[in-house]
Amino acid sequence: MSSTVADALDHEHDDHGPTKGIGRWLFSTNHKDIGTMYLIFSLTMFFIGGAMAMVIRSELAVPGLQFVHPEFFNSMTTMHALIMVFGAVMPAFVGLANWMIPLMIGAPDMALPRMNNWSFWILPVAFGILLSTLLMPGGAPASGWTMYPPLVLQTGDAFPFLIFSVHLMGISSIMGAINVIVTIINMRAPDMSLLKMPMFVWMWLITAYLLIAVMPVLAGAVTMLLTDQFFGTSFFLAAGGGDPVMFQHIFWFFGHPEVYIMILPAFGVVSEIIPTFSRKKLFGHDSMVYAGSSIAFLSFIVWAHHMFTVGMPLTGQMFFMFATMLIAVPTGVKVFNWVATMWRGAMTFETPMLFSLGFVFLFTIGGFSGLMLAIAPADIQYHDTYFVVAHFHYVLVPGSVFAIMAGAYYWLPKWTGHMYNETLGKAHFWLSTIFVNLTFFPMHFLGLAGMPRRIPDYSTQFADFNTIASIGAFGFGLSQLIFVWIVVTAWRGEKATDRVWEGSHGLEWTVPSPAPWHTFTTPPKARIAQEAFE
Amino acid sequence: MIRKSFLSLMGLLATGAAQADWALNMPRGVTELSAETYDLHMMVFWWCVAIGIVVFGVMIISLIKHRKSKGATPATFTHSMTAEIVWTAIPVVILLIMAVPAAETMVKLEDSRDPDISIVVTAYQWKWHYKYQDEDIAFYSSLARPSMDARRKQSGVDPNAVDNYLLDVDRPVVVPKGAKVRLLLTSNDVVHSWWVPDLAIKKDAVPGIVNETWFRAEETGTYRGQCAELCGKDHGYMPIVVEVVEPDAYQAWVDTRKNGDVAVANAAK
Repeated sequence: MSSTVADALDHEHDDHGPTKGIGRWLFSTNHKDIGTMYLIFSLTMFFIGGAMAMVIRSELAVPGLQFVHPEFFNSMTTMHALIMVFGAVMPAFVGLANWMIPLMIGAPDMALPRMNNWSFWILPVAFGILLSTLLMPGGAPASGWTMYPPLVLQTGDAFPFLIFSVHLMGISSIMGAINVIVTIINMRAPDMSLLKMPMFVWMWLITAYLLIAVMPVLAGAVTMLLTDQFFGTSFFLAAGGGDPVMFQHIFWFFGHPEVYIMILPAFGVVSEIIPTFSRKKLFGHDSMVYAGSSIAFLSFIVWAHHMFTVGMPLTGQMFFMFATMLIAVPTGVKVFNWVATMWRGAMTFETPMLFSLGFVFLFTIGGFSGLMLAIAPADIQYHDTYFVVAHFHYVLVPGSVFAIMAGAYYWLPKWTGHMYNETLGKAHFWLSTIFVNLTFFPMHFLGLAGMPRRIPDYSTQFADFNTIASIGAFGFGLSQLIFVWIVVTAWRGEKATDRVWEGSHGLEWTVPSPAPWHTFTTPPKARIAQEAFE
Repeated sequence: MIRKSFLSLMGLLATGAAQADWALNMPRGVTELSAETYDLHMMVFWWCVAIGIVVFGVMIISLIKHRKSKGATPATFTHSMTAEIVWTAIPVVILLIMAVPAAETMVKLEDSRDPDISIVVTAYQWKWHYKYQDEDIAFYSSLARPSMDARRKQSGVDPNAVDNYLLDVDRPVVVPKGAKVRLLLTSNDVVHSWWVPDLAIKKDAVPGIVNETWFRAEETGTYRGQCAELCGKDHGYMPIVVEVVEPDAYQAWVDTRKNGDVAVANAAK
């Protein structure tokens, strides 16, 4: 049934396929090839950032300093964060967006294909520069990914390279975001109104607006650091009349929307997957859209909850505490809607569904600790401890990363035309879930017991939980090799059907598997495609 | 005799407990506000547990009952305005219940008026400087020697053999029990943060800015903390130790401190 629709929609444009050799990738303007490059880049960065995490966890496995010096340890925490945030999680979602948004809305490609090429190829340059700082005199940046002055100004030769690479990452993200917005607004199938868009598309649209709003703010902040260092300004230098705290305000005005930039597309991915494997439509589609928009709006007025110890007026602290607590409401709505989607469905538990369920459970735990962190007096105790480390790793690893994994398994048959190895996929899920909890759950206890974050060595009462966390971290890291094996061998699996999953829905499943190089050269009728699946 | 051996047994147990001194939870602390903070923390925690039981409970029931292998056929409902309103309104009510006591504690935390003692705390990379405002006492407080020796990379010293590894200083801050102590914090170089969990105080020391915070310790004892804002390579090595003593012991300390400083000054001449 679906294949008939696909045949009707696809006009066999095999006459202009991809060029051969490296040129296909270097000069690509094809959203699928660029999406693939983004995903491979992201996976590479995931392992480089992961290797740095292994250095951190090795040093922290037992008390005493065994492997690295404190300054290199600080470089590792800083680089791990920058690489995971800007190199692994964000490009992975842009990769999924590139591949799937045109397929989901029935567009032939992204709206601005040459800019698409540009926004990808900036990234390897940006991260090449960032990684090269490891070899520079004075070492890689070691001031934390938050780059607080005056500390960041003590960075060695790496300093201008850090700033320049952050600028490049920002340019790449802004161009990617513009592309997503223009594509979604202009290139939807004619009968797909905004509120009929798939949830992944919706969440990405909101994310793209967030990106456009806040990446220039980050660029401004790091530019002011640059001029403070080299051109005699004193934006953040008290000696010249500047204010170090102002940087923190500007940084977190970027930083808080940034954390939703890393989670909203994840919401989108699981909102596609849970209905498919529950064989039931997404519950409360429209309220999911409103909840996502509310989260995006609130993200602009909560930034100073990262700064409750910085010395703010009481009224300021009150405002940021109440505003932050409010975020629990739309986030709760999302979780309740996912649960309602599963309720009275007919569920099966293929790997994408397992990762999505893991996401809902474990992201919610991260949400709970987030609510605890919102309570300002308690936050004064939690702030800058391992409790915070536990919190943001729960929302980022079994949160964002699990959603990325779920999306990769969900769409892999569409990309490759073959089914991946389901047994290995399930093993990957269970090992990841066990080890991710082993790594990050004990960190709650460490933080509450008084262990600050970003320290290379600790007092002996913190030893046991640190050892457990280190074992978990190595287990989690090794488990990810299974994923690489699954992807590499995916081309050997049995042929995938066009619809791939019994319960799948949406335009992306109307095209053949693997998706041909060009799709939807004439706009499809979204409603006809949708009805074909019902 | 029996009493003596009982006491020594208690002493042994106490050391045993001190060695396995790991904790799962936030300390209740020794100030009124640290206890309030702990209560807030536990209140929100139990709310989260309750919400978790409900949400995960429904989800688990669904995962068990509504699976295809059990012959479930999917329902066709897609939305319910009533449900959306209910699960928006209930969290709002729960948040209000949390917000009121949190705001009350917040107000008290910020009220540093009428202190009995004021101490100016200046942060350096990587030590603390304390100046008692009314007492002509000022000193640096750095990581204690035994920890300093053991902390070096492959030092060959077992951290477990060092008392209060990385949490001990050469000169602790001494304050009297029951007095309202106001801290005026600033920094000489980068941003640091002064944190003692048992006092529930964490405040950033920012160059060019003087921050205020306060505590009133209700129990004597030694309370340990650390710098809580990344401040460079030795961020992990600038602990804080506060000794809370009886008021007369504090006065004695002040006197020896002053005489000691005079003696040191004379010796320098």
